[in-house]
Amino acid sequence: MTGLDLAFAACGALAVVGGLLAVTTRHVVHAALWLVVALLGVAGCLLVLGHELVALVLVLVYVGAIVVLVLFALMLTRAPIGPDLVHDVPWWRRMLAGAAGAATTALLLAALLPLAGGAVERREISNQAVATEIFGTWVWPFEALSVLLLAALIAALAVSRGRRAEEVSGE
Amino acid sequence: MIHLAGPYILAALLVGLGVMGVTVRRNAVLLLIGVELILSGSLVLLVASGATSPSRWEASSVLPLFVITIAAAEVVVALAVILAAFRHRSSIDLDEPHSKAEVGAGGGEQV
Repeated sequence: MTGLDLAFAACGALAVVGGLLAVTTRHVVHAALWLVVALLGVAGCLLVLGHELVALVLVLVYVGAIVVLVLFALMLTRAPIGPDLVHDVPWWRRMLAGAAGAATTALLLAALLPLAGGAVERREISNQAVATEIFGTWVWPFEALSVLLLAALIAALAVSRGRRAEEVSGE
Repeated sequence: MIHLAGPYILAALLVGLGVMGVTVRRNAVLLLIGVELILSGSLVLLVASGATSPSRWEASSVLPLFVITIAAAEVVVALAVILAAFRHRSSIDLDEPHSKAEVGAGGGEQV
């Protein structure tokens, strides 16, 4: 056990506790806020692993953009302030879902843990190296992703406005 | 020095929690939270793969960035579809896939 292992375990525990509360709480807004805690824990883990750019982008995009979008969607779909009793599920379904999650975890652990050997050296990856590779080797996937983002933006606009256009043409 | 068992255990736990969230939720927006947890588990695994061996094109750092971007695009489209469905059915309950007639009858009572 080194200091890095302890730091990783602390961030990982934060991520797991946040994720567990995010999927089990009955308050819909609290679920989105616990997702923020879980993602901050994951970002801390990535920092410990030496990928600071990925950690910062994770915080910016996930916490800054996606969680805000989810909160907006919850407000637009009239989420209740207190516990969400309309969408409550019976206890046996919670048990089945927990069993499915535990089975997935066990499967992944059985597949991954034999691959983990001894301790490895931590590799700090500089932002300069990442930038050189993104705009060198990976430049075409990078451009394709920008097209994908544009397509997603236009598609979201078209889907959320489609009904109104239909009503206007119907009248 | 760092042990790789930590990232592997964390990734497995996050994916398991995400699967649990996807299967237990009836609210369509909260289902996306489970999907986000699964994707963050895959991120941890991708980044940990770069710690074992020096990756040639810094793939362990570039591919997670691509995954984050694709996840953002996916969430935008999914939320637009959910909002359109909510406007159409006035419900985001995933357990009622064919409640169009019921919503026509029951929606009036709610309003």
